[in-house]
Amino acid sequence: MAGTAVLRRLTWAIAEVVDRVGETPRVQSLTFDVPDWPGHLPGQHIDVRLTAEDGYRAQRSYSIATPADGTRVTITVERLEDGEVSSYLTDVLEISDRVELRGPIGGYFVWEPARGGPLGLIGGGSGVAPLMAMLRARVGAGSAVPVRMLCSWRMAEDVIYAAELAAIASEGDGISITHTLTRSAPEGWSGRRGRFDREALSQLTWPPAMEPLTYVCGPTGFVEVVASVLVELGHEPRRILTERFGPTGG
Amino acid sequence: MSFVSRGFRRRQEPDAPSDRVPPGQYVTHDFPVLSAGPTPRIGLDEWRFEIIGQVDKPRGWSWQEFTSLSAEDVTVDIHCVTKWSKLDSRWHGVPVDALLDGAKTSADHVMAHSYGGYTTNLPLEDLTGGRAWIAYEYDGEPLEPEHGGPARLLVPHLYFWKSAKWVRALELRDTDTPGFWEGYGYHNYGDPWREQRYSGD
Repeated sequence: MAGTAVLRRLTWAIAEVVDRVGETPRVQSLTFDVPDWPGHLPGQHIDVRLTAEDGYRAQRSYSIATPADGTRVTITVERLEDGEVSSYLTDVLEISDRVELRGPIGGYFVWEPARGGPLGLIGGGSGVAPLMAMLRARVGAGSAVPVRMLCSWRMAEDVIYAAELAAIASEGDGISITHTLTRSAPEGWSGRRGRFDREALSQLTWPPAMEPLTYVCGPTGFVEVVASVLVELGHEPRRILTERFGPTGG
Repeated sequence: MSFVSRGFRRRQEPDAPSDRVPPGQYVTHDFPVLSAGPTPRIGLDEWRFEIIGQVDKPRGWSWQEFTSLSAEDVTVDIHCVTKWSKLDSRWHGVPVDALLDGAKTSADHVMAHSYGGYTTNLPLEDLTGGRAWIAYEYDGEPLEPEHGGPARLLVPHLYFWKSAKWVRALELRDTDTPGFWEGYGYHNYGDPWREQRYSGD
């Protein structure tokens, strides 16, 4: 389990907002141009720091949703009701505004095509963001690693990256993507309904005998259940990598 | 202060005195979880805790032996590198001082080892002097597996990744080597009051 990341001092950079995409009414993807960005691996995250005129500061971590792309870094932010950072990023920040950020951070919950597979990506809500960086890296590199991606949302309106995921899924190319809606589904919904329980996970994930590499990201309860079921199904615990979002303001 | 975020202001009144919340942290009332993999499940009949490495006599305890040791109630503030702090968290556990009592060692460093393979490194002196415990109850209840049960290291004066969940051994060492997160660029020492989040901070 020794780390392989290059130990490098992480300094704060002043990054400019260069693009903004509304993914859902509550979720936006923000792309920054970060001077001297050293590149990153899919799955890594950044820290964002905001400073008020009176000197008050707040910091939060956000997963990067895109593979390395020069000095461009995209995060996907879910607006939380009490979240003074997330609401600033989604409601106040405009193109050409600047924020302080540093990274990349984390070197364990990462995947790049050279790591191989088969690859399992299991995300709940905005926990899909770092998995999207991995999926985009797989597609962008033209890698042949087979992928099964499972995404869990409350309602159809919560689905982020919907058009891109649909396009990738329709290409086939060794990638399957399954959505489930846990709270309510509209008429004509073609995906699954209900939580990813033991039965669903045994049907939809790679058989343990194929020694898949599985990344699970989402709220704590979601990750606890999914990772525990995968272990029960016979997956090697060290090939299940997790990232949990606490149920806290951001 | 040079950089100001246009239009950003404090939305929430601080609900804790600033001398209790280290820089860059915010107070949460939940108890979030951060783990790199599935939660290991360790049966109490197979659980053991050991002091190993550079020590005159290695020592170890079964669950029954360990929970028969004299334990303390401690109420402490904890600080996670992912930015949340939790004030007045209540624990019950055995002081590391008691576990090391009488041990002869030349070691200056410790590697904590956990069930599931997690490791973290600390200076030995940070585990002594009434500053560290092996805790097995939280808020009056047995410690939940997702929070590190059956037992976890509790070193509240350092960022919480140093408080190894599912701890199974403290290895006394003459040399310092990085543990799990330290090897991925997190700070070797991790003092929240000096905001030592990452290597070089």
